[in-house]
Amino acid sequence: MSALDELRQLRRGGVQVRKRDNRAAFWFLAPWFAGLVFITVGPVLASFALGFTKYNLIQPPRFIGLDNFARVLSDERLHNALRVTFTYVLVSVPLQLACALGVALLLDRGLRGLPLYRSAFYLPSLLGSSVAIAVLWTQVFGTEGLVNRVLGLFGVEGRGWISDPDTALSTLIVLNVWTFGSPMIIFLAGLRQIPAVYYEAAAIDGASRWSQFWRITMPLLSPILFFNLVLQIIHAFQSFTQAFVVSGGTGGPSDSTMFYTLYLYQQGFSRFDMGYASALAWFLLLIIAAFTAVNFWAAKYWVFYDD
Amino acid sequence: MTTEWRRRLVVPAKHTGLVLIGFVMLYPVLWMVVSSLRPGDEIFRSPGLVLDSLQTENYVEGWNALTPSFGTYLVNSAVLVLGCIVGNLVSCSMAAYAFARLQFTGKRWWFGIMLGTIMLPIHVIIVPQYVLFSQMGWVNTFLPLIVPKILATDAFFVFLMVQFIRGLPRELDEAARIDGCGHPRIFLQIVLPLMTPALATTTIFTFIWTWNDFFSQLIYLTDPDMYTVPVALRSFVDSTVATSWGSQFAMSVVSLVPIFLAFLIGQRYLVKGIATTGGK
Repeated sequence: MSALDELRQLRRGGVQVRKRDNRAAFWFLAPWFAGLVFITVGPVLASFALGFTKYNLIQPPRFIGLDNFARVLSDERLHNALRVTFTYVLVSVPLQLACALGVALLLDRGLRGLPLYRSAFYLPSLLGSSVAIAVLWTQVFGTEGLVNRVLGLFGVEGRGWISDPDTALSTLIVLNVWTFGSPMIIFLAGLRQIPAVYYEAAAIDGASRWSQFWRITMPLLSPILFFNLVLQIIHAFQSFTQAFVVSGGTGGPSDSTMFYTLYLYQQGFSRFDMGYASALAWFLLLIIAAFTAVNFWAAKYWVFYDD
Repeated sequence: MTTEWRRRLVVPAKHTGLVLIGFVMLYPVLWMVVSSLRPGDEIFRSPGLVLDSLQTENYVEGWNALTPSFGTYLVNSAVLVLGCIVGNLVSCSMAAYAFARLQFTGKRWWFGIMLGTIMLPIHVIIVPQYVLFSQMGWVNTFLPLIVPKILATDAFFVFLMVQFIRGLPRELDEAARIDGCGHPRIFLQIVLPLMTPALATTTIFTFIWTWNDFFSQLIYLTDPDMYTVPVALRSFVDSTVATSWGSQFAMSVVSLVPIFLAFLIGQRYLVKGIATTGGK
């Protein structure tokens, strides 16, 4: 059962309370509770307050009202960063999930060597967020890089994929698609839950593979697809390392790889404009929450729950 | 369309397709490993995987390119990873026991908050967190990176362990309680030994995520003596001194070896962990 199913159950109100162990619970939860106050929820609230100030870590925060939030509306570099981030999320996540589902379908149903394939496809998911792979990407898509060398073998002239503002973002999208292994494993687990008798019955009734896919696999897999979609969108919004390394920390060329998180980092930790960075952080939270809410709303129309 | 036909054509076609996809995907990584063992100027010229001779000069050059040498960063990363693993194992298992086995006021509410924090991006909390930790003088120590783990803020693992504990038979707890065990002993002597698979999954994921994590380490570690592997690698790539791809590739390979080993050793737990909870 996934975290999302849990939330659905909580909303319906499943758990019945019997005898209470409040004191024991307090001690077991003490570290977690301290974390909630100091590390997670506390800072979220604090960053809301900091959003109304000008603060550079040296002088005490100065209240400036809604200035930072007004700046969010007029900051053109930020709007560009939003465009870049939205493009990245909306292009790379569907492509990544399509690859994950496609390969999972190929692997399903007792293909020989499944564990080996699964490992090979999963490995990039573990490596993908590292600085080392970003370094590799910088070379592979560079002017003299591997991609252009291979294209050269076929007589195609390449270009500096990363130094060209038109293609720099695409290389990062390719990188995210490359890490399709972890949603693939979730798909595989979901596919295994679908009883084989459904397909046998459909085959006896003369249903084609195509209609079996759309009428059995997709409906029964839709909760898994939804889960992957929510998760990968949230992940993609938080991408940072790859854009940072590939662009040398600038978000270039011409701000074409300026992810929202990278812009936030620059404002907060290069220019030490902590007030504005806080406002940006809150804005990011709202954007992610809005995307997730839309996802949950849209799920009513396409996600099929068996229970 | 018989099963015979399927076996003859579809299955080999599937294998060919899968091998091809896998090869294209892993090719750049293999090529990086091979290239790191070539003399520096050959990297650009040869897109192939054949190695004429084994050269370790790139490794020697990369290892000593920064002061201190790369060994320091490996040790730093190892210390950090170890601290994070211990923190996560202790704090997350305690919280998970409470959520899975104890009845307390507002449990549903707290559990909902815990699930919500799984999806909370680090970028939203990093600014005030940085302010707090820099006031405490913790910048350029590992504390800002380890203390959050000791405080069970990786809610993903709490959830993973809750799921696991729920699957353990309750009769064991009840038997222990009849024998006079309190919750600390039930936790330590019954639940904890039974949940080793969940603890193994947590260990491996914490290892890989902490080893790879760049954002928070970049922010909190600015003194070269405290650099971890990702921060050092990035600073190495950025420094104008190092222009050779050979040594950059060599150190990249060095930084990936522990991840690869963790993957080999812990595959089983990784796959299970993702399949049940959807980690990265």
